[in-house]
Amino acid sequence: MTALPGLPESPAVLTGFDLDRAWDVHSQVAVRPEPFGALLYHFGTRRLSFLKDPTLLAVVTSLPEHPSARAALAATGADVTVQRRLARALATLAATDMITERAEASS
Amino acid sequence: MTAPTATRLIDHFKLGLDAPICLTWELTYACNLSCVHCLSSSGRRDPRELTTAEAKAVIDELERMQVFYVNIGGGEPTVRPDFWELVDYATEHKVGVKFSTNGVKITPEVAQRLAASDYVDVQISLDGATAEVNDHVRGPGSYATAVRAMQNLSDAGFRGFKLSVVCTRQNVGQLDEFKAIADRYGAQLRLTRLRPSGRGADVWDELHLLPHQQRELYDWLVAHGESVLTGDSFFHLAAFGDALPGLNLCGAGRVVCLIDPVGDVYACPFAIHENFLAGSVRDPGGFTGVWRTSALFAELRQPQTGGACTSCQHYDSCQGGCMAAKFFTGLPLDGPDPECVQGYGESALAGVVAGSAPKPSLDHSHRTERRARTSGPVTLTLSRRKPASACDESPLAGFEGLDQPSGSGCASGACGC
Repeated sequence: MTALPGLPESPAVLTGFDLDRAWDVHSQVAVRPEPFGALLYHFGTRRLSFLKDPTLLAVVTSLPEHPSARAALAATGADVTVQRRLARALATLAATDMITERAEASS
Repeated sequence: MTAPTATRLIDHFKLGLDAPICLTWELTYACNLSCVHCLSSSGRRDPRELTTAEAKAVIDELERMQVFYVNIGGGEPTVRPDFWELVDYATEHKVGVKFSTNGVKITPEVAQRLAASDYVDVQISLDGATAEVNDHVRGPGSYATAVRAMQNLSDAGFRGFKLSVVCTRQNVGQLDEFKAIADRYGAQLRLTRLRPSGRGADVWDELHLLPHQQRELYDWLVAHGESVLTGDSFFHLAAFGDALPGLNLCGAGRVVCLIDPVGDVYACPFAIHENFLAGSVRDPGGFTGVWRTSALFAELRQPQTGGACTSCQHYDSCQGGCMAAKFFTGLPLDGPDPECVQGYGESALAGVVAGSAPKPSLDHSHRTERRARTSGPVTLTLSRRKPASACDESPLAGFEGLDQPSGSGCASGACGC
């Protein structure tokens, strides 16, 4: 896995999460926008998650438009500290199957 | 006056959302059982029950509001002839279903069908880990019915259904046995609090936990963490120390509510009383109108004062406890919970005039009473376990951008499910 500049020193939470892959919201996940961010509900695992940050919501919903999670983060224009925090959030979402790797049509 | 604004997630929930996170929908007051502690005093069907078409219109509204799922209960919801039709309609409209049942209709065929759906979850009610303890409150044969249902679900390959237990003075010593039963059938254990709601008021003095049992339950929950669901119903125990998993918030009218069999909307499933009646899905604005414009819900979403509890150092933890528990024991809503772990509830209860506590507005109990209950089963002693170490905490706790709520089902616990 290529390191994102400024990634945390001990990226345990990033294990299994590849920023350079293409990601998508899981097909069984519903996203409900809220003033604070959004509610995410996974019908398969029956887990509910709260996105407390509108920027994180924007990143999650834009994942399908970007070739990689890194590109989706960069598109926010946020500084590195914020991007690091968002990357950790994405890794958490990946670990709970809220987002999944997108199978590319061609490689 | 300016409207209150929220900065923390919990404040958003306290001020209420445009739609509930999830809600409880009791489809019928009809029930084959007569549990002595039934929160909705169920038994007989109400002739004004919502029709199939009306129920489907409610589901349409829930889909538009993006309510992810409903907790369907009753009564015994599966005795409604259109029950499966409504379940199918909900899931086809992206409204997930978790339904509570005593298991009476969970045949091998039904279990097969349930196991095949990702959008339906099942909750089997059992209030004793042995037939003796369970049948004393749920009635003769109900233990065998629940066990047969769990066996059928397990045989059909349904993993992770819920085994739901109302904690009582008589079964709280059986928590390890309940966990073993859940594990045996591939289910997840869910423990909830007994409330003095419905017929629960009649048996409250006999069944509610003794102070030392509350402590033992708290320690057991801390030791088991997120592997056991609680529907966030024990937040009054947070005053013992650390908060339990969940939002630790009374969600009534803020993030949850109840739709009853005739379409009336109450602030919470444990508050079937005219004081907590917000409106009806049969009103011109439908459920959406009730949720967004009822005066009662607007009031519940105002910042609450602690009243007599304000000066207590634990108020931030327990938030004064459960509104319904206070109401139906005759206590003021801005004072201590009757089961306040600091003991303030007991002294407050001493000042309640006998017989003055409000009665539920509705009673659908069977008119023929069950055979008189004899003396209760032997109360068991709970073995103590050390709480889990701090190392067992979820690595996600405290994450800034994302709150990872506990468990599954209503993972937040915010909705009391």
